[in-house]
Amino acid sequence: MTQLALIIDLNVCVGCHACVTSCKEWNTSGSAGFMTDENPYGKDPTGTFFNRVQTYEIGEFPSTETLHFPKSCLHCEDPPCVPVCPTGASYKRKEDGIVLVDYDKCIGCRYCSWACPYGAREIDEKQKVMKKCTLCVDRIYDEELPESERKPACVLACPTNARLFGDVHDSESEVSSTIREEGGYQLMPEWGTKPANHYLPRRKTRMHIHEDELQRADNPLKKEERGPRAPVDAPTLDDSTSW
Amino acid sequence: MHPAFSVIFLTTLIGAGQGLFLALITGQSYSALKLLPSQDSTDFYGMGAVIVLLLLIGGLIASFFHLGHPERAWRSAAMWRTSWLSREVIALPTLMGLVFVYGVMQFMGWDTVLFTSAAGANLQLTMIVGIVGALATFALFLCTGMIYACLKFLQEWHSPLTVINYTLLGTASGFILATAFANHNAPELMNFFGIWAIIITLAAFITRAASLMRNSRIKAKSTMQTALGVRHNKIQQKAMGFMGGSVNTRDFFNHASVLMMRNMKWIFIVLAFIIPLITLWYGMSQADTSWLLAAFLIQYVGLIAERWFFFAQANHPQNLYYQTV
Ligand code: SF4
Ligand code: SF4
Repeated sequence: MTQLALIIDLNVCVGCHACVTSCKEWNTSGSAGFMTDENPYGKDPTGTFFNRVQTYEIGEFPSTETLHFPKSCLHCEDPPCVPVCPTGASYKRKEDGIVLVDYDKCIGCRYCSWACPYGAREIDEKQKVMKKCTLCVDRIYDEELPESERKPACVLACPTNARLFGDVHDSESEVSSTIREEGGYQLMPEWGTKPANHYLPRRKTRMHIHEDELQRADNPLKKEERGPRAPVDAPTLDDSTSW
Repeated sequence: MHPAFSVIFLTTLIGAGQGLFLALITGQSYSALKLLPSQDSTDFYGMGAVIVLLLLIGGLIASFFHLGHPERAWRSAAMWRTSWLSREVIALPTLMGLVFVYGVMQFMGWDTVLFTSAAGANLQLTMIVGIVGALATFALFLCTGMIYACLKFLQEWHSPLTVINYTLLGTASGFILATAFANHNAPELMNFFGIWAIIITLAAFITRAASLMRNSRIKAKSTMQTALGVRHNKIQQKAMGFMGGSVNTRDFFNHASVLMMRNMKWIFIVLAFIIPLITLWYGMSQADTSWLLAAFLIQYVGLIAERWFFFAQANHPQNLYYQTV
């Protein structure tokens, strides 16, 4: 079984929104039609996005840190949004685990968006169908593209390489080993949705220097002194002996 | 959640229709057992079925306003194996069909007596259709309630009380309507329906109060910590990623002040239970159709407030991600 997913490294995300804009650019020009924008240049612009980047402050001044948090559909392995759909427009693909919406079948009842605890589904207010991240299903298999570009638009756009893409069911894949080794975790595990997307926590690199590391207790100073030397004017061995 | 008026009207209208149908069938089964005088099939059962059908159709029309693509609504019967919404989409037209058949049979007088017991109780053909219809009515209540009760992370809804309340509130409203209708078309049955209406309204009051108490003590399972996966007691959102709002801010928040929420709770308790009970009792004692009808209408307004509150009270975990612009 394959389960494609994104791994988002919160340690390196700088909150630049490059993934947001490249996602919108790719998906609004796709065959599924535009993603609605209302008042894009006016007051209160609003529209449909598959991916959002949010910012949080952790802690209290002065010991705070900033967390930039990209959020999109997590392609849950047990997606609560799929069984509730009355038309079958929402489905999870067997072959690669991507959760998709068939825009031609969707009646726009919004029930699936109620059933997603993450708020990852957004109804398109003009087309009146439910939309969500497709993991760029229309580019990851596109053989016209060079192999290195068969990745979701957000992954290609990220300047800090905070987004990895791959099969989380393959234990040897880059994403799986990253999850294992870097402490990858899932959002809201309490609902048993088993999100395929994982997040890597903020990891701080700290240097710990102990007092006794500054002073080498087991190293008498003299060891580091220069070895004893004969006075310069004393005769050398060469002067006094003949070979 | 944001209370959508289409869904509020859908659930309250079909609830009243279903309740009225249950009332008709209860009345008919009592008269079949000779516990109540039998009624004219056209004036009472036939006309009753017409009112039921009108209420159900009203609900159906309201539901279409909720859909982005009503022209594709037929597709929504497909996933009945997994989706309660799909099951409701099947149950509602089924009930409408049965009510229609029942009504036609009553108007046409196609009502053969199939079986007469030694004590003289009659089993008529319409009774069979009626009982099947009553089962469909309960199935529809179950589907409607489960649409909400099955969403486990909407903790306010995820309880059997949701289904029980939908059933009892709908039935109560239908029985009050039946009381007014009986007073007009079959006065001997007025007290029978009235007493049932009082009992069911009181029962609904108890279960609705139980769910209010349950919900006031709910502890949210999702927190900022589980939503982000960060272990720190102090986490504050600084930006949600956009400024003009989105579906996430429009559909999932109730946009109501604390004051409005608190008032709405008392408004529905008074309008859906207390005033209708008093009005109903007075209307029964005076045998006055306009008072009885007023009891139904006041309760209907109360039920709209109740449904509004039902939606507004549910707190979706996605709201954790949308705290600050
Ligand atoms: S994140 Fe939400 S929309 Fe995506 S699969 Fe999970 S439940 Fe469904
Ligand atoms: S909005 Fe569309 S995809 Fe979602 S449950 Fe309704 S029909 Fe299915």
